[in-house]
Amino acid sequence: MVPLSWYLILAAVLFAIGLYGVLARRHVVAVLMSLELMLNAVNLNLVALARYLEAGAVVGQTFTLFVFALAAAETGVGLALIIAIWRNREVVLTDKMKLLKG
Amino acid sequence: MTAIPITVQTVLFAIFAALTVGAAICVVTSRNLFHTALWLVLALFGLAALYMLLEAPFIAGLQLFIYIGGIAVLIVMVIMVSRQVMHPTEKSVNEPLTALVTALLVLAGVVWMIVQIPWPKEPLHPAQDNLLALGQALVDPGKFVAPFEITSLLLLVVLLGAIYIAKER
Repeated sequence: MVPLSWYLILAAVLFAIGLYGVLARRHVVAVLMSLELMLNAVNLNLVALARYLEAGAVVGQTFTLFVFALAAAETGVGLALIIAIWRNREVVLTDKMKLLKG
Repeated sequence: MTAIPITVQTVLFAIFAALTVGAAICVVTSRNLFHTALWLVLALFGLAALYMLLEAPFIAGLQLFIYIGGIAVLIVMVIMVSRQVMHPTEKSVNEPLTALVTALLVLAGVVWMIVQIPWPKEPLHPAQDNLLALGQALVDPGKFVAPFEITSLLLLVVLLGAIYIAKER
Protein backbone atom coordinates (compact mmCIF):
# COMPACT_ATOMS: atom_id res chain seq x y z
CA MET A 1 0.00 0.00 0.00
CA VAL A 2 0.95 3.62 -0.38
CA PRO A 3 2.44 5.17 2.78
CA LEU A 4 0.26 7.73 4.52
CA SER A 5 2.95 10.42 4.24
CA TRP A 6 2.65 10.40 0.43
CA TYR A 7 -0.99 11.40 0.69
CA LEU A 8 -0.18 14.09 3.27
CA ILE A 9 2.59 15.57 1.10
CA LEU A 10 0.33 15.47 -1.97
CA ALA A 11 -2.33 17.34 0.00
CA ALA A 12 0.28 19.90 1.14
CA VAL A 13 1.36 20.45 -2.48
CA LEU A 14 -2.24 20.95 -3.59
CA PHE A 15 -2.82 23.35 -0.68
CA ALA A 16 0.26 25.39 -1.64
CA ILE A 17 -0.84 25.56 -5.29
CA GLY A 18 -4.27 26.75 -4.18
CA LEU A 19 -2.70 29.30 -1.85
CA TYR A 20 -0.61 30.67 -4.70
CA GLY A 21 -3.75 30.96 -6.83
CA VAL A 22 -5.71 32.74 -4.10
CA LEU A 23 -2.88 35.24 -3.56
CA ALA A 24 -1.87 35.84 -7.16
CA ARG A 25 -4.84 35.47 -9.52
CA ARG A 26 -6.53 38.70 -10.65
CA HIS A 27 -9.89 37.32 -11.68
CA VAL A 28 -12.22 36.72 -8.71
CA VAL A 29 -13.69 33.55 -10.20
CA ALA A 30 -10.14 32.18 -10.54
CA VAL A 31 -9.52 33.07 -6.87
CA LEU A 32 -12.67 31.12 -5.97
CA MET A 33 -11.48 28.12 -7.98
CA SER A 34 -8.10 28.18 -6.20
CA LEU A 35 -10.01 28.24 -2.92
CA GLU A 36 -11.78 25.06 -4.01
CA LEU A 37 -8.35 23.48 -4.53
CA MET A 38 -7.37 24.35 -0.96
CA LEU A 39 -10.60 22.88 0.44
CA ASN A 40 -10.02 19.72 -1.59
CA ALA A 41 -6.49 19.39 -0.23
CA VAL A 42 -7.94 19.40 3.30
CA ASN A 43 -10.55 16.83 2.26
CA LEU A 44 -7.84 14.54 0.92
CA ASN A 45 -6.03 14.82 4.26
CA LEU A 46 -9.21 13.96 6.17
CA VAL A 47 -10.01 10.90 4.06
CA ALA A 48 -6.41 9.64 4.09
CA LEU A 49 -5.99 10.04 7.86
CA ALA A 50 -9.35 8.34 8.44
CA ARG A 51 -8.33 5.42 6.23
CA TYR A 52 -4.95 4.88 7.89
CA LEU A 53 -5.59 5.72 11.54
CA GLU A 54 -9.27 5.34 12.40
CA ALA A 55 -11.21 2.10 12.74
CA GLY A 56 -14.21 2.29 10.43
CA ALA A 57 -13.13 5.69 9.07
CA VAL A 58 -16.47 7.24 10.11
CA VAL A 59 -15.45 10.49 11.80
CA GLY A 60 -12.99 11.54 9.11
CA GLN A 61 -15.47 10.92 6.31
CA THR A 62 -18.24 12.70 8.20
CA PHE A 63 -16.04 15.78 8.41
CA THR A 64 -15.44 15.50 4.68
CA LEU A 65 -19.20 15.59 4.15
CA PHE A 66 -19.43 18.80 6.17
CA VAL A 67 -16.58 20.33 4.16
CA PHE A 68 -18.50 19.44 0.98
CA ALA A 69 -21.60 21.22 2.27
CA LEU A 70 -19.61 24.28 3.36
CA ALA A 71 -17.78 24.41 0.01
CA ALA A 72 -21.08 24.36 -1.84
CA ALA A 73 -22.41 27.15 0.41
CA GLU A 74 -19.25 29.21 -0.02
CA THR A 75 -19.34 28.85 -3.81
CA GLY A 76 -23.02 29.75 -3.99
CA VAL A 77 -22.69 32.93 -1.96
CA GLY A 78 -19.34 33.84 -3.54
CA LEU A 79 -20.66 33.57 -7.08
CA ALA A 80 -23.80 35.51 -6.16
CA LEU A 81 -21.56 38.28 -4.78
CA ILE A 82 -19.46 38.24 -7.97
CA ILE A 83 -22.62 38.63 -10.06
CA ALA A 84 -23.81 41.48 -7.83
CA ILE A 85 -20.46 43.28 -8.11
CA TRP A 86 -20.45 42.76 -11.87
CA ARG A 87 -23.95 44.28 -12.10
CA ASN A 88 -23.08 47.34 -10.04
CA ARG A 89 -19.49 48.11 -11.05
CA GLU A 90 -18.68 46.00 -14.12
CA VAL A 91 -15.44 44.70 -12.56
CA VAL A 92 -14.26 41.14 -12.00
CA LEU A 93 -10.57 41.81 -11.32
CA THR A 94 -9.44 41.93 -7.70
CA ASP A 95 -7.18 44.95 -8.13
CA LYS A 96 -10.06 46.95 -9.66
CA MET A 97 -12.28 46.40 -6.60
CA LYS A 98 -10.99 49.27 -4.50
CA LEU A 99 -14.13 50.95 -3.18
CA LEU A 100 -13.04 50.32 0.43
CA LYS A 101 -9.39 51.11 -0.20
CA GLY A 102 -8.22 54.33 1.44
CA MET B 1 13.64 5.51 4.57
CA THR B 2 13.12 2.00 3.27
CA ALA B 3 12.17 1.49 -0.35
CA ILE B 4 8.47 1.18 -1.04
CA PRO B 5 7.66 -1.85 -3.22
CA ILE B 6 6.06 -0.96 -6.53
CA THR B 7 2.55 -2.33 -6.56
CA VAL B 8 -0.63 -1.59 -8.48
CA GLN B 9 -1.66 0.86 -5.77
CA THR B 10 1.56 2.88 -5.81
CA VAL B 11 1.48 3.10 -9.61
CA LEU B 12 -2.16 4.22 -9.58
CA PHE B 13 -1.36 6.71 -6.82
CA ALA B 14 1.52 8.14 -8.86
CA ILE B 15 -0.64 8.47 -11.97
CA PHE B 16 -3.56 10.16 -10.23
CA ALA B 17 -1.32 12.34 -8.05
CA ALA B 18 0.56 13.58 -11.12
CA LEU B 19 -2.75 14.18 -12.92
CA THR B 20 -4.18 16.13 -9.98
CA VAL B 21 -1.08 18.24 -9.36
CA GLY B 22 -0.63 18.97 -13.06
CA ALA B 23 -4.25 20.01 -13.45
CA ALA B 24 -4.02 22.13 -10.28
CA ILE B 25 -0.95 23.94 -11.62
CA CYS B 26 -2.84 24.61 -14.84
CA VAL B 27 -5.76 25.96 -12.77
CA VAL B 28 -3.57 28.64 -11.21
CA THR B 29 -1.56 29.46 -14.36
CA SER B 30 -4.01 29.16 -17.26
CA ARG B 31 -4.81 32.55 -18.78
CA ASN B 32 -8.17 31.67 -20.23
CA LEU B 33 -10.76 31.53 -17.45
CA PHE B 34 -12.84 28.91 -19.22
CA HIS B 35 -9.80 26.65 -19.54
CA THR B 36 -9.17 27.22 -15.83
CA ALA B 37 -12.63 25.84 -15.05
CA LEU B 38 -12.01 22.77 -17.23
CA TRP B 39 -8.64 22.13 -15.53
CA LEU B 40 -10.41 22.42 -12.17
CA VAL B 41 -12.84 19.70 -13.26
CA LEU B 42 -9.86 17.48 -14.17
CA ALA B 43 -8.19 18.12 -10.79
CA LEU B 44 -11.44 17.29 -8.96
CA PHE B 45 -11.75 14.12 -11.00
CA GLY B 46 -8.21 13.09 -10.04
CA LEU B 47 -9.10 13.64 -6.39
CA ALA B 48 -12.20 11.46 -6.79
CA ALA B 49 -9.94 8.72 -8.15
CA LEU B 50 -7.65 9.14 -5.12
CA TYR B 51 -10.68 8.75 -2.82
CA MET B 52 -11.46 5.48 -4.62
CA LEU B 53 -7.85 4.43 -3.99
CA LEU B 54 -8.38 5.25 -0.30
CA GLU B 55 -11.40 2.94 -0.38
CA ALA B 56 -13.92 5.68 0.28
CA PRO B 57 -16.33 5.12 -2.66
CA PHE B 58 -19.12 7.15 -1.07
CA ILE B 59 -16.88 10.21 -0.75
CA ALA B 60 -15.64 9.70 -4.32
CA GLY B 61 -19.22 9.59 -5.58
CA LEU B 62 -20.13 12.72 -3.65
CA GLN B 63 -17.03 14.42 -5.06
CA LEU B 64 -18.32 13.70 -8.57
CA PHE B 65 -21.87 14.77 -7.74
CA ILE B 66 -21.28 17.88 -5.64
CA TYR B 67 -18.01 19.26 -6.97
CA ILE B 68 -18.07 18.34 -10.65
CA GLY B 69 -21.84 18.17 -11.04
CA GLY B 70 -22.65 21.18 -8.90
CA ILE B 71 -19.82 23.56 -8.10
CA ALA B 72 -17.91 23.29 -11.40
CA VAL B 73 -21.09 23.73 -13.44
CA LEU B 74 -22.04 26.74 -11.30
CA ILE B 75 -18.61 28.30 -11.91
CA VAL B 76 -18.90 27.76 -15.67
CA MET B 77 -22.35 29.38 -15.65
CA VAL B 78 -21.03 32.43 -13.80
CA ILE B 79 -18.17 32.74 -16.32
CA MET B 80 -20.80 32.73 -19.06
CA VAL B 81 -22.92 35.34 -17.27
CA SER B 82 -20.12 37.76 -16.45
CA ARG B 83 -18.70 37.29 -19.99
CA GLN B 84 -15.30 38.64 -18.98
CA VAL B 85 -12.76 36.15 -20.28
CA MET B 86 -9.26 37.50 -19.83
CA HIS B 87 -7.78 39.29 -22.79
CA PRO B 88 -4.64 37.44 -23.94
CA THR B 89 -2.40 40.47 -23.55
CA GLU B 90 -3.64 41.32 -20.07
CA LYS B 91 -1.72 39.88 -17.15
CA SER B 92 -3.59 37.21 -15.22
CA VAL B 93 -1.67 37.45 -11.93
CA ASN B 94 -0.74 40.16 -9.44
CA GLU B 95 2.62 40.07 -7.64
CA PRO B 96 3.26 36.44 -8.63
CA LEU B 97 6.68 36.38 -6.99
CA THR B 98 5.44 37.32 -3.53
CA ALA B 99 2.60 34.82 -3.80
CA LEU B 100 4.99 32.11 -4.99
CA VAL B 101 7.41 32.71 -2.13
CA THR B 102 4.55 32.64 0.41
CA ALA B 103 3.13 29.42 -1.02
CA LEU B 104 6.55 27.75 -1.12
CA LEU B 105 7.27 28.78 2.48
CA VAL B 106 3.96 27.30 3.62
CA LEU B 107 4.67 24.14 1.63
CA ALA B 108 8.18 23.82 3.09
CA GLY B 109 6.86 24.28 6.64
CA VAL B 110 4.08 21.73 6.26
CA VAL B 111 6.30 19.14 4.55
CA TRP B 112 8.96 19.65 7.21
CA MET B 113 6.35 18.90 9.88
CA ILE B 114 5.04 15.86 7.99
CA VAL B 115 8.46 14.22 7.63
CA GLN B 116 9.15 14.58 11.38
CA ILE B 117 6.43 12.10 12.28
CA PRO B 118 6.68 8.34 11.65
CA TRP B 119 3.39 7.87 9.80
CA PRO B 120 2.07 4.34 9.27
CA LYS B 121 2.97 2.71 5.97
CA GLU B 122 -0.09 0.45 5.96
CA PRO B 123 -3.72 1.06 6.89
CA LEU B 124 -4.50 -0.34 10.33
CA HIS B 125 -7.66 -2.16 9.36
CA PRO B 126 -8.93 -3.79 6.22
CA ALA B 127 -11.38 -1.55 4.44
CA GLN B 128 -14.99 -2.14 5.36
CA ASP B 129 -18.26 -0.86 4.02
CA ASN B 130 -18.99 1.99 6.41
CA LEU B 131 -21.99 3.58 4.68
CA LEU B 132 -24.39 2.36 7.39
CA ALA B 133 -22.14 3.64 10.19
CA LEU B 134 -21.72 6.95 8.35
CA GLY B 135 -25.47 7.44 8.06
CA GLN B 136 -26.04 6.50 11.69
CA ALA B 137 -23.30 8.85 12.91
CA LEU B 138 -25.00 11.75 11.12
CA VAL B 139 -28.30 11.27 13.00
CA ASP B 140 -26.93 10.03 16.33
CA PRO B 141 -27.55 12.63 19.07
CA GLY B 142 -24.28 11.60 20.70
CA LYS B 143 -22.33 12.24 17.52
CA PHE B 144 -23.08 14.58 14.65
CA VAL B 145 -26.78 15.37 14.65
CA ALA B 146 -26.29 18.99 15.75
CA PRO B 147 -23.76 19.91 13.02
CA PHE B 148 -25.90 17.98 10.52
CA GLU B 149 -29.01 20.04 11.31
CA ILE B 150 -27.03 23.28 11.41
CA THR B 151 -25.60 22.43 7.98
CA SER B 152 -29.09 21.97 6.56
CA LEU B 153 -30.09 25.34 8.03
CA LEU B 154 -26.93 26.87 6.54
CA LEU B 155 -27.79 25.52 3.10
CA LEU B 156 -31.29 27.02 3.35
CA VAL B 157 -29.85 30.40 4.38
CA VAL B 158 -27.31 30.24 1.54
CA LEU B 159 -30.06 29.41 -0.97
CA LEU B 160 -32.14 32.43 0.07
CA GLY B 161 -29.10 34.69 0.44
CA ALA B 162 -27.68 33.83 -2.97
CA ILE B 163 -31.04 34.50 -4.64
CA TYR B 164 -31.38 37.80 -2.80
CA ILE B 165 -27.82 39.00 -3.49
CA ALA B 166 -27.82 38.08 -7.17
CA LYS B 167 -31.34 39.37 -7.82
CA GLU B 168 -31.70 42.09 -10.41
CA ARG B 169 -32.80 45.37 -8.87
